[in-house]
Amino acid sequence: MKVIAFGIAKEIIGQQYLNLEEQPSNVLELKKQLLARYPGFLELASLRIAVNEAYAEDDHLLNTTDEIVIIPPVSGG
Amino acid sequence: MEDKHIHISLGFEPLSTEECRTLVQDPACGGQVVFAGAVRNHTGDRKVLYLDFESYVPMAKKVMQEICSQAIEKWPIRHAVCHHRLGKLEIGELAVVIAVSSPHRKASFEACEFIIDELKKEVPIWKKEVFEGGEEWVSARP
Repeated sequence: MKVIAFGIAKEIIGQQYLNLEEQPSNVLELKKQLLARYPGFLELASLRIAVNEAYAEDDHLLNTTDEIVIIPPVSGG
Repeated sequence: MEDKHIHISLGFEPLSTEECRTLVQDPACGGQVVFAGAVRNHTGDRKVLYLDFESYVPMAKKVMQEICSQAIEKWPIRHAVCHHRLGKLEIGELAVVIAVSSPHRKASFEACEFIIDELKKEVPIWKKEVFEGGEEWVSARP
């Protein structure tokens, strides 16, 4: 399962694309995996996940074909 | 009303307040409000050299569209325009322009403020401030 990172998330991971060997079943599982592997995420003001170009809740189920993006705190404008 | 319209843009070209204002022109609208957000030369007591914006573009465009739709539902406005720029921006350059029009001014003022407030909270755009001697992703940490 491939995950895409933007902004500070890219720097925490060290690259823009991340391949997960262990597929998380839902958004919450994914967040837990990310926090365990990259403690830098604990320092962020918020951490949201987008699935197929929309914000997804913790219980949102994930499929291998989904486009999954890590959304650190936004700062447009 | 079927002739209401929304115009969204997200790219690397410089923004134009006049272009955005023209897009909300309507003979039925006596009020036009244009908000422009420019790059500031400081944050707190640190001197900003420039900003660098990046975005998850396809989703950002969808969220910008959604926010403008909400504004059109909430207020009696006719048109809403939301343009945001990406890439490296120097001090004084415009990062965002929002334009709204309505028969009377009050709705446009309120809707315009709503759009910029929501954009700052919801749209997946990130800005990095580059200072003398450092850089920082804005709002990333509490």
